[in-house]
Amino acid sequence: MYEAAFFLLLLLLGYGFGRLAERRHFARLVVREREMNTLPAIASRYPPTDRAYAQHLVGGNVVVSSDYFKSFVAGLVNIFGGRVAPYESLIDRARREAVLRMKDEAHGLQATYVFNVKFETTRIAVGRTGAMEVLAYGTAMIPSTGDS
Amino acid sequence: MLISNLEFLPDRKVMRHLGLVQGSSVRSKHVGRDIAASFKNIFGGELRGYTELLHDSREEATERMLEQARSIGANAVLNVRYSTSSIAAGAAEIFVYGTAVELDG
Repeated sequence: MYEAAFFLLLLLLGYGFGRLAERRHFARLVVREREMNTLPAIASRYPPTDRAYAQHLVGGNVVVSSDYFKSFVAGLVNIFGGRVAPYESLIDRARREAVLRMKDEAHGLQATYVFNVKFETTRIAVGRTGAMEVLAYGTAMIPSTGDS
Repeated sequence: MLISNLEFLPDRKVMRHLGLVQGSSVRSKHVGRDIAASFKNIFGGELRGYTELLHDSREEATERMLEQARSIGANAVLNVRYSTSSIAAGAAEIFVYGTAVELDG
């Protein structure tokens, strides 16, 4: 009886706090992405030749954890198969956050582009539910001063 | 030392290829962080301790790679790639590799 109540409490806590955190995070992401629109991240391997640039490797990483509710729903979906929507939004948030952190670093170097952007996602074991790390990295293109 | 994941730089010429250089680092976090992380597993969210840990680990691996590049007389490392594997419960290996080159200028 107590166990069932405890389980329901965890589920509720996970749902409540998880949803709130997710909604806030998405709102923050939209604002920051708009600010960083002036610094495009480009997946091309061919750097621009319009002017002279200095280059530097930049990257951003984030480790996110699933919440109790998401893990529970994922477990249910696992039985029948199909889209695991709670994890899709989680990994989307992580990836966008990683890109923004990469852009923040590039912005600090006065870069105007980030080229050859690569992503890497790794599952990291933390407790029972696990967590994942997303890394985004690329080459910051910093316009050389003096010539244009 | 120039470090980039581009394969070539439009306005620099590669004078010499010096071969593959690499660096790696295996780290795990202390128990306190693990306990904090298990709470996070209920509420969800970012595990800042782990983010920092992996960030520092990556910096260390990169520094090791650069050290190797310096020792063979390179002034740049191109086509740098990262690789992360979780090798045991609570430990992750960061591996970074690239091509050491000598650029003109």
